[in-house]
Amino acid sequence: MIEAECPRLLSGCRTKYDSVRGNWVLLAPERAIKLDEIGAAILAETDGERSLGGILDALAAKYNAPREQIAGDVVKFLTSLRDRRMLEVT
Amino acid sequence: MDAPAPETVAELTYGPPIAMLAELTHRCPLSCPYCSNPLELTKRDGELDTETWVDVFRQAAELGVLQMHLSGGEPASRRDLEDLVSACREHDLYSNLITSGIGLTEKRLTGLKERGLDHVQLSLQGVDAEMADLIGGYKGGYSRKMDVAGWTTALDLPLTLNAVVHEKNIDRLPEMIDLAVTMGARRLEVATVQFHGWADRNRAALMPTREQAKLCGQRVAEAREQLKGVLVIDYVPADHHADYPKPCMGGWGSTGLNVVPDGRVMPCHAAHTIPHLVFENVKESPLADIWWNSSAFNAYRGFDWMPEPCRSCDRKARDFGGCRCQAMAVAGDAAATDPVCIKSPLHAQLQEMAQADAEGDGELTYRVMPKL
Repeated sequence: MIEAECPRLLSGCRTKYDSVRGNWVLLAPERAIKLDEIGAAILAETDGERSLGGILDALAAKYNAPREQIAGDVVKFLTSLRDRRMLEVT
Repeated sequence: MDAPAPETVAELTYGPPIAMLAELTHRCPLSCPYCSNPLELTKRDGELDTETWVDVFRQAAELGVLQMHLSGGEPASRRDLEDLVSACREHDLYSNLITSGIGLTEKRLTGLKERGLDHVQLSLQGVDAEMADLIGGYKGGYSRKMDVAGWTTALDLPLTLNAVVHEKNIDRLPEMIDLAVTMGARRLEVATVQFHGWADRNRAALMPTREQAKLCGQRVAEAREQLKGVLVIDYVPADHHADYPKPCMGGWGSTGLNVVPDGRVMPCHAAHTIPHLVFENVKESPLADIWWNSSAFNAYRGFDWMPEPCRSCDRKARDFGGCRCQAMAVAGDAAATDPVCIKSPLHAQLQEMAQADAEGDGELTYRVMPKL
């Protein structure tokens, strides 16, 4: 995944705040994935319009974190969703 | 680090259910010889009405259910399916339609999507019309399925294909995988027949051989690697040829619940085969009360019910003791060690029986539906 590419959750994949358990979840075909704070923060910026680079900029600014430090985690997380057919990049 | 003592992991905590299977009806146009519905079917006039289902969905969402699987029988046989999908969306439940495709039209599927349907899981009985219609016992069924798959992907609804595999079709797995990719499915479920209920009558015709099961497992592993990012494959192996049991339901009463057409609530699809269990009904009790407090849900929760060798087994937190319904069917005791397990005294007998059935070539006994 390169920074110019735009990640987007596929149809039928959406996040929701699970008020019973007190955390965010990613709902997808036959899967409900509990999101930790980092996962939820990444998907909150993954709006289908922003590029990977834009997502990194937004997260770095919002959480006052070094961009290169978070890049690895973000790419790893989004790639794992792509491998599981929950996300595509265009 | 020292491994924790068995006592300290023995407290299995269970939370609210994640998924609910709503068996809306037992009516179905197919007559699959491995039908997983009970031998005694609920008639149409015994089914819960729309209002009751909608209220159960509300209760399920409040209890913590995230995913609602709309199943049957054939859920499209319910004329109120559209309203039930709307109710899922209203309560922010992820709706999954588990269908044979029969009873759906392009117009109806479009309408369901507009109501908020999230996902379609389409059953596949074979990779060509001859095989599929032979197993499903419904002429023209395969052709309709291909139409439904096309409409689903054209509507940008995610598609899962569910293929039940058995002696007669398991060797054609590579074609099933190709078909799933060609049809644009994102997921393929390859589930070996579970020998409960009707399938048990067709053991000799459906039991795969040990070699077939092994090859299928290898092919799944290879395809998963090759198709990473293209197709997700979930696999339920042939446990009669295994050495350890499957983690059935992720543990009894731990993650999911089933509401059957007449409103009774069960911890799993086949729990009705355990005769001493009493199932409470949503017409009489709140769903949350049934989940947390009913005797059926608490019967095999956690580890306290386990006999030896399960109780002190280091795999118990991995497979939760396997399948209670299988223990009932083979050992005559739902609390017995799952006979699939190599530590069960019945393991050798189960494997011999499986091998004998696999070598046998019985005729298929179809499940011809009575008028419901």
